[in-house]
Amino acid sequence: MSELPGPAGTINASADDLITGPLFETKCERISETEMLLNMGPQHPSTHGVLRVVLKLDGEVITDAVPDVGYLHRGVEKLAENRTFSQFNILTDRNDYLCAMLNNWAYCGAVENLLKTSVPERAQYIRVIVGELNRVASHLVYIGTFGIDIGAFTPFLYAFGREREIIMDLFEQLCGARLTYNFIRIGGVMSDLPEGWIDKAQKFVGHMRHCLKEYDDLLSYNPIFLDRTKGIGVLTKDKAINCGITGPNLRASGAALDLRKQDPLYSKFDFEMAVRESGDCWDRYMVRRDEIEQSLRIIEQALNTLPSGDVMAKIPKINLRPPAGESYYQLEGARGWLGVYLVSNGDVKPYRLHIRAPSFINVSLLQELLKGWKIADVVSILGSIDIVLGEVDR
Amino acid sequence: MPKGPWEVMGPAVPSQTDENIRGRYVNSFKVLAALVIPLLLLTVLVGEDPYQIFLTVFSFCLGVFVWVIDLGVKIANAGVGLLGWRFPAWLSGAHIGGLVHHVVLFLLPFVLILMVVQLLPAVIVWMELKAAAHMQVRLGPMRVGRWHGWAQPFADGIKLFLKEDLVPAKANKWTHFLAPVIVLAPAYICYAPIPFGKTAVVDLDIGLLFVLAVSGLAVVGMLMAGWGSNNKYTVLGGLRAAAQVVSYEIPRVISVLPIVMWAGTMSLSGIMTAQEGLYAGFLPKWFIFYPVVGQISFVIYLITTVAETNRTPFDLAEAEAELVSGFHTEYAGIKFSIFFIAEYAYVFLGCALGALLFLGGGAPLPFMGWIPSYVWFFGKTFFLVFLFIWFRWTFPRIRVDRLMEFCWKFLLPWSLVNIAIAGLLML
Repeated sequence: MSELPGPAGTINASADDLITGPLFETKCERISETEMLLNMGPQHPSTHGVLRVVLKLDGEVITDAVPDVGYLHRGVEKLAENRTFSQFNILTDRNDYLCAMLNNWAYCGAVENLLKTSVPERAQYIRVIVGELNRVASHLVYIGTFGIDIGAFTPFLYAFGREREIIMDLFEQLCGARLTYNFIRIGGVMSDLPEGWIDKAQKFVGHMRHCLKEYDDLLSYNPIFLDRTKGIGVLTKDKAINCGITGPNLRASGAALDLRKQDPLYSKFDFEMAVRESGDCWDRYMVRRDEIEQSLRIIEQALNTLPSGDVMAKIPKINLRPPAGESYYQLEGARGWLGVYLVSNGDVKPYRLHIRAPSFINVSLLQELLKGWKIADVVSILGSIDIVLGEVDR
Repeated sequence: MPKGPWEVMGPAVPSQTDENIRGRYVNSFKVLAALVIPLLLLTVLVGEDPYQIFLTVFSFCLGVFVWVIDLGVKIANAGVGLLGWRFPAWLSGAHIGGLVHHVVLFLLPFVLILMVVQLLPAVIVWMELKAAAHMQVRLGPMRVGRWHGWAQPFADGIKLFLKEDLVPAKANKWTHFLAPVIVLAPAYICYAPIPFGKTAVVDLDIGLLFVLAVSGLAVVGMLMAGWGSNNKYTVLGGLRAAAQVVSYEIPRVISVLPIVMWAGTMSLSGIMTAQEGLYAGFLPKWFIFYPVVGQISFVIYLITTVAETNRTPFDLAEAEAELVSGFHTEYAGIKFSIFFIAEYAYVFLGCALGALLFLGGGAPLPFMGWIPSYVWFFGKTFFLVFLFIWFRWTFPRIRVDRLMEFCWKFLLPWSLVNIAIAGLLML
């Protein structure tokens, strides 16, 4: 096998190389007679997309694991260089498709930083409302799919098929799309809230609070669920910080760090940071469950104090040319810090764009986390760190 | 207000209103009533012994048949009599009718069992589809067969029959081929000694032992399927299935021993007869009402049966999330459907045995003896089947090492203690 290009330590090889080639041998020592290599993915029901994990098994115990990403690579960051600033907005939806609003927001924030425009207050509030609604929707998918990974099918249909559907309906009314919204635009939002939308959103908040209790009864405190998740896949606080883990996964390990707490926009709202101590699968689950509660509080307050005014700043609709320079904007995404680094040379197109995708950094944890656990735990650990392959591979 | 897409699309209909949900609950009760009430009326009209009705109808038809044959032979004899010939004496209505009578009555139980094992899975699948759907705020199949999708399992069955039978290139052909047969065959055999109501097809003296022993054979087929498919996931699934079924067999057998001690027989109809009658004039003598021992036995039996039939929360062998449905990953079409039928056949078998051993089988509740015994039997069995479905759609899956711990460290000791308590109480 020839030496493959790429920086040291990255997994950048063909499928054969991973199993028999030098790369796999350096990742895990040669396979002994009592061990077995198991190829989990890229087509596997619980890898949440096209992730491939090569597992080395001793019976059912994992002695080594190598995650292999890149099956969904579309070159989004390169595509940005061939699109105008406002055209690229629709591609950000496709990165983390479970919280597309926050992706829009992160990108638009970076462009607005370059333009040095300020967003109207009403638009900021609408961004908070839809962003938090989308965070709730994303965590609902997490709760549902985590349930499926553990083997409970019903919570998925409650979280995904019932509650998230209401959010999708709300977004559909808002912008006509149910998954990839392109609602948050450079300088504001696409349009104002339609009539009666606020009432519906408020009704949803009440409904969702009731439903959280239902999830607790059905899943969160189920003894089998606790048995499957408590103490499994422990991520210590130091390790999480060293690996650059952010978001709910970090807060589950006991580090109280939430970008929203440092954001002046969010300082207008009263909410708590969801933090848990031990960093196991159950804590990662519960942090998200608590975050739904806090997001609902933010949504409620934002709906009640929504100011009036414009929803779009005065910026050119076409031929938008930000001044040459660079900007970085990051916000608390549903999976961690979602950052967009943008370089402009004064043209209508970005010169270079990079997305700091939290899922990509989370997936790098797998090799460390999976060792020593059983096959069944692979699924719960993989499910609990919550990756979206669209964002991992970009 | 600026123009937006909502003006084009109109207001979105909220998918879940309270009225909708309430309407669905009311609807499911209506469906249940529409199913149960006519069936109940029919069975009450038919009475305790449908076999007698069958015999009456059958002997009437046979009489007509015999008369027609005799007439034919007479006419034919009159015809050939002109030539001086005559048909042999055995060609008479009485002889042929007698032969048909014997053949039909001999084959009837076999045909019945075959039909039961083929059709019950379809019924249970439909029940599972609907029950799961209503637990998950869905409606389930609503179109096939018009009335609440009753024909969905048959449509699925036809689809599976028509699919291509794929065998992996490197599979062990014979093992792969025989595995579904070996899984399904014991299911057929096990139905023989089960009394559906008051009569069993074969009333074995060791019926209980026979059913428990033969149903344990299915694990061989699972192992074969796991090994023969030449796939790592199926091997893991097969090994898990073997370990699980062999382990849970032990507490399962031990948990039913108190019943044998109490009834003094291993014959299933004997155990059922022992449970007829009432304690103190109101409490049925079902074994589940036997103080302490009955309840412990029942719980252990229920748990181990769920594990034996590889259903959630013990469906490790076919864990979809981890093992991509385990030992039958590499099966398609008819072979897959045989595994499917076998699973539901074993579910029904386990539930039927549970109903017989703990819920009195065909024994009625007090003052409700006017409902025939087979209705009681099927009612109790389907209640247990519903419990299985309920478990499946409520619980997550347990982990493999915890499964073994649960069996050896919890169920087995308690089932042994249970026998000791039973011995003390029955002294």
